[in-house]
Parts: sequence; structure tokens; C-alpha cells
Amino acid sequence: MIAETGHFALILALVTALIQFIVPLYGAQRGDRALMKVAAPAALAQFSLIVIAFFALMHAYVTSDFSLVNVWENSHSAKPLLYKISGLWGNHEGSMLLWVLILSLFGSGVALFGSNLPLELKSRVLAIQGSIGVAFLLFIVATSNPFLRLDPPPIEGNGLNPLLQDPALAFHPPFLYAGYVGLSVSFSFAMAALIDGKVDAAWARWVRPWTLAAWIFLTIGISMGSWWAYYELGWGGFWFWDPVENASFMPWLVAAALLHSAIVVEKRNALKIWTVLLAILAFSLSLVGTFLVRSGVLTSVHAFAVDPTRGVFILMILCLFIGGALTLFAWRAPALKAGGLFAPMSREGALVVNNLLLCTACAAVFIGTLYPLALETLSGEKISVGPPYFNLTFGLIMLPLLLLVPAGPLLTWKRAEAWPVIQRLWAAALATFAIVMILLVAMARGPWLAPFGVALGLWLVLGAAVEIAERTSLFRSPLATSWSRLKGLPRSSFGMTLAHAGLGLAVIGIFAVTAWREEHIVAMKPGDHLNVAGYDVTYLGEAPMTGPNYSGDGGRFRVMDGNREVATLVSERRRFRPGNQETTEVGLLQAWSGDLYAVMGDRMNDGARAMRIYFNPLISLIWLGTFVMFLGGLISLTDRRFRVGAPKTARRLQPAAAE
Amino acid sequence: MKRLLFAFILLLTLAAPLHAVQPDEILSDPVLEGRARALSAGLRCLVCQNQSIDDSNAPLARDLRLLLRERVKAGDSDDQAVNFVVARYGDYVLLRPRFMPETWLLWIGPFALLLIAAAFLYIRRRRIESSAERSLDADEERALRHVLERDA
Repeated sequence: MIAETGHFALILALVTALIQFIVPLYGAQRGDRALMKVAAPAALAQFSLIVIAFFALMHAYVTSDFSLVNVWENSHSAKPLLYKISGLWGNHEGSMLLWVLILSLFGSGVALFGSNLPLELKSRVLAIQGSIGVAFLLFIVATSNPFLRLDPPPIEGNGLNPLLQDPALAFHPPFLYAGYVGLSVSFSFAMAALIDGKVDAAWARWVRPWTLAAWIFLTIGISMGSWWAYYELGWGGFWFWDPVENASFMPWLVAAALLHSAIVVEKRNALKIWTVLLAILAFSLSLVGTFLVRSGVLTSVHAFAVDPTRGVFILMILCLFIGGALTLFAWRAPALKAGGLFAPMSREGALVVNNLLLCTACAAVFIGTLYPLALETLSGEKISVGPPYFNLTFGLIMLPLLLLVPAGPLLTWKRAEAWPVIQRLWAAALATFAIVMILLVAMARGPWLAPFGVALGLWLVLGAAVEIAERTSLFRSPLATSWSRLKGLPRSSFGMTLAHAGLGLAVIGIFAVTAWREEHIVAMKPGDHLNVAGYDVTYLGEAPMTGPNYSGDGGRFRVMDGNREVATLVSERRRFRPGNQETTEVGLLQAWSGDLYAVMGDRMNDGARAMRIYFNPLISLIWLGTFVMFLGGLISLTDRRFRVGAPKTARRLQPAAAE
Repeated sequence: MKRLLFAFILLLTLAAPLHAVQPDEILSDPVLEGRARALSAGLRCLVCQNQSIDDSNAPLARDLRLLLRERVKAGDSDDQAVNFVVARYGDYVLLRPRFMPETWLLWIGPFALLLIAAAFLYIRRRRIESSAERSLDADEERALRHVLERDA
């Protein structure tokens, strides 16, 4: 009964979305305020209905109702509660339901917080949101219904892939989807602006927080996924340029570009056409990502061709929205008035360079991800495009961008001089140079390019420090003045500096671990020991162990630093019921200098185990860096300028109340 | 049937813990071993999803790793060893595609795009600059004179 209620609510949500799409759009064209006002309640109703559907499915998962095909296929009664819940979005149907849930959540967010938007703009934005909802709800109801019943119901479910039974991966999809789908708001704003024929500073100020929120979610989602891959897959890597990873990375890159170009629209009223195009591209890449991951086209072109219903449906949605948006863009963009002029050497110019490089870096990822598909479809020839390609092309394009980041915020708007910027940055440059020299001498091991990579990250961190020092005139005025200036800094500029520093930290971590990882692959018997990066690691032996839905062996390692015992690491081999799928749990000792990473492998013939023990120097900086970027985004989001419109309506209301 | 087999292999590689290079595979000469590791990181495991043979625990990947080590031990250069594998399994095994007519667009594409976009920006810049420096036409002269006279 509950499942049927959910099913029914889902269909009602589709109808509501249809109303949300058509009525306000028509109303805005006719100038009919009553029709336009349908948009907000429709968005809220759509959200409520999808919440009902979502919790109906959640109920089925939590109570292990195997009469639902979807639950039977992806759950098991012995699973811990967290993974019963996360099992909901660990599969195609459930994850699409989560997708539309978040879509409607953002839609109702616009409806609730958009009270300072002009009614016409607001109703158009919500109408476009509604149209996306129609497409995806129709997709779910027609091809991916999670509420289908089984008769007779089986006693036990098939279980969730044990690799997915992990806290980081439980929350990874909701964050990632919040990012993907959050970009739909920027998209809807862009479309509304094109219909409206007007893009101004106010428009940019409305778009920026939504883009920023989406970017924050993407940042946290991607780094969670990477963290999961690092300690759950058990071969010590953190990024594999896998098509699924790329699918989430491309919207992140373009959203970052959009964040920067929207600043120019807001402050200088320039780059308007380009910003609208970026907003369209960002969400288009989210759709492409959804298509790549959900259609099965990545597993193989043939798997896609054999069962094409879903893939073709998403492909149609994709073509409809991207094609429609670009057509509207081509038709209406010339009507947008070009804005303020600026010299090439200026803050605006620097942001243009930022956009140019971020977008071509994204293009490199896009081409590399889709080229094998395209080539095989066109000529039947099969090639692979792997990490070496991406490291080379993406790396080469990102290099100048990273070099220029510290200079950008120090440039003045409109027209800037290079010399003052160089003067301000020379201390950071000198410090960076000194560290390259020290690293070159100290690190005999590893590729000679690595110290330069680490220095690049350091340059970003120091550049951010210089930026803060400049803004607070640190060392040039009394500390108290600097402190009060620091407190007076707008949160958005503080957040920006923090995000740039976070980027630098991540870059340091990436280069350090890639170049200087220490790796040991050895057969060990209990009592054997090994020296890894100054630690003495002794294999103590293994013991059987059991968990809620698995049993296995745990291998114990004693880690000594000199005479001091630092830790006992446990690496597990788990066999999950049902199906006896095996996973590995890594024994991990985290320290600032780096991670000690121990994995127990297979038994060898002579009773020994094949052990893989790594030392990953500075790898924590990667996730610390992404966390700092996330924090920077969050601080920037709380800037009062983004809420500046809200008090205005309150003031307008007051005289009315006094009358 | 073939598809079923493929799905089955996929399931195996996904499910099993990922332990790639085994201790008994490692060559005693660290220089040769280092070369073999570097080479195997650039070769694709044919039965896995987007994994190099260095990362994969599939039996086929192990066979390829052993084969590669044999070639390196026999005195093959890096290119010779890789060519030996490519001759048997095709270009598909290379994670870094070769530069050939079919992949020109792949390799040049991103950089060409960067150049085209930069050129576009440059040309637009020039056009804006020249239009900004353009002298006033007759109508505008008249309008300017009108404003100046009115103010005077």
C-alpha cells in the first residue's frame, strides 16, 4: 500500500511538473500575474509529492520489502541500516528518484527564497525547472519505475555490492547529485534571461549563490568519491580518470568557470553573453554525465545497443534540452547588450583567461572521455584513452592557470599595471623558488619535475597569503588595524582566497604522492618485518572475524617508529553474504607527513600472505585541500550581498502596515 | 553467451579484492622491475573496466605482466616490449593512444580549441579597439555640436 502511494505520488508529481512548466511560462508571455503565481506553489507541491514517493521507497528499503523488484535486487535483510538506506540510491531506479528529489528541492528553494526576484523572471525560472522535472519524471515512470511489484515476493534480497557498503560512498551520490542538479538552477536562470532578453548585475547576483552551492556540493561529492576509491579499492590511487569520475569532473570545471565569469557580470556588467552560454554548458555537462553513467554506454557500446530503451530516452532528453537551449541562445543572445569595456591587462582580463583555460581543460577531459566511443561508433576501431593522455593534456592546460591564480585577485578592475602585482608577489615567488631548490637537493628519488609541481601548489598557498596580507595591510600598519580590516573583509573575498589556498594544498598533495610514493609488495609470514619510510612494520598474524553481513580474516600489523609503538593496523579480507563477494579493508595510519597504507593480499603456497604496504607522502593534503575549497565556497555563500535583496521587501511592506 | 561471459568476468573483477602485482612476479633486478612496472601502468587490462594491467588482478592481466617481464628480461627495449603486446592485442591495450590519423583530433583537439578561442578573443579585441578609435560620423558630429552649443 505504501509503495502504491509512492507510485501514485510520483505520477502526480509528473502532472504537477507539467503544470509548473506550462502555466507560468504562458502567463509570463501574456503578462498574466495570476498565471505566473502558479509557479511557486506548483514547485512546492511537486517537491512534496516527490518527498512522499521517496520516503515510500525508503520505507520499503528499511523494512526490506522484497515484494518490490527494486528492493529485492539491491537489498538484503542482514544489511546494516545505513546501507539499507543508501542502497536506495545505489542502483539505477532509486538514484534517478534521488535525482528528481533534489531537482524539485532546488526548484522549491527558488520558490521560497526567490521572493526578491521580479515575478516574471521567477515564474520563467520555475517553469524551466518544471520542464526538466517533466522530462526526468517521465523517464522514471516510463522506463525506470522503482515501485514495480514481484509476485510471489522472495524471502531474501540479492544484496548491495559490498564495495558500495561504505560510509563515504553512502553519502557520495546525494552530494554529487546536489551538485549536478544544482546547476539546473543556473541553467533555468540563463534560459529565463534569454527569453527575457535581459542580463544585468542583479541577474548575476541571483545566479551566483546557486552556482556556488552547486559547485560546493560537487566539490564535496567528488572528493568523497576519491577518498572512497583511495581506501576502499585498495590499490592506493585517488583518481583514475575513469569515465564516471570524468562525468562529475567536467561540470565541476565549468561551474568553476561560471562562478568566475558571473563575478564580471555582477561587478562590471561585461561578459554577459558568455556567462549565459557557460550556464547552459554547465548543466548540459551534468546531463551528459547522467547519460554516460546511467545509460550503460560506458561499459560498452554494445551493451548500450542491446538494451537501448533507457539510454535512448536520456539521449533524447539530452538532445532536447541542450539543443533547445543552444537554439534559444543563438536566436536571443544577439539581443543582449554588450557591457563595460576593459583592457586585456585587468581583473576582467584575468577572469577571461581563467575561463578560457578552465573550459579548454574541460574540453580535454570531454574529448578524452568520448573519443573512444565516437571512434568506435564511426569506424569500428577500438582505442583506449587512459590516465597518460589526461595527465598530459589536462595538465598542460592547467599549468598556466595555476601559475596565474595568485596574480588574478591582485589586479585592478578595468585597467591594471603588471608591475605593482609583481612587486607584491616577489616574496611569495622567492619563497617558492627557495623551496624548489631545497627539494631538488633533498629529494634524490623520484622524477625531477616533481619539486616544481609541489612548488606550484605552494605558490598558490603563498599567493593566497599575500592576498590576505595585502588586503589587511599586514606589516605596514599596526596589528590591531590589520585585525579589524580582516574582520571587515567581505566574506566572498575571504572565501575566494581560502578556496585558492585549498587548491594549492590539493596540488601539493597530488604531486607529492605521485612522485614520492613508497611501495612494497612482499610475501610476509607472521613475525616478518619491513622498513617503510622510517616505520618498522611487523606482520603479527591473522585472526578470523565476523561482521553483521560478512565474515573474514583480519591481518594485524604492528607499526614502530624507533622504539615507540605508533599503531596496530588491521587490514581485513571480508566475504559478504550473499554471494561470497570479497572486499578488502585497508589498514591506514594517517599522519601529516603521509599515510601508511597496508593491504593484506592472497595466501601464497608456503603459508605466507602477499602484502602490499605503501607510504603515501602528504596525501591527506589532497582532501584537506578540497575541504578548504569547500569551506571557502561555504563562507562566500554566507556573504550578505547574496541576501541583500531580502530586507528590501520587508521595508516595502512596512509603510503598508502603517497605513 | 559472449555477453554473459563478459558480464561474469566483470562481476569477478569488481567483486574480488584488487591485488595486482604479486610478490612472485617481481624481477630480482630493480631496474628491470621498475621498467616493467612503468610499462604495465600504460597497458590496459582487456577484461576490466578501465584498469591498467598493473592495477588489475584478472588472470589475463597477470599473464600480460609476466609476458612483459619476460620480454624486458630478454633484453627488449621499452618500445619493443610494448610493440610485442600491441602486435597481439591491438592498439586497444594502449592507455596512451598513439599519434596517428585516427587520433589526430584527440591529441590536437584540446590545444587547437585553446588556440581558436584565444584567436577569437584577440580578433574581437582588435575590432572593439578599432571601433572605439573610429572618428565620429556626420550625424554624431552634428549631435555633438548641438550638445556643445546648447551647453554654451
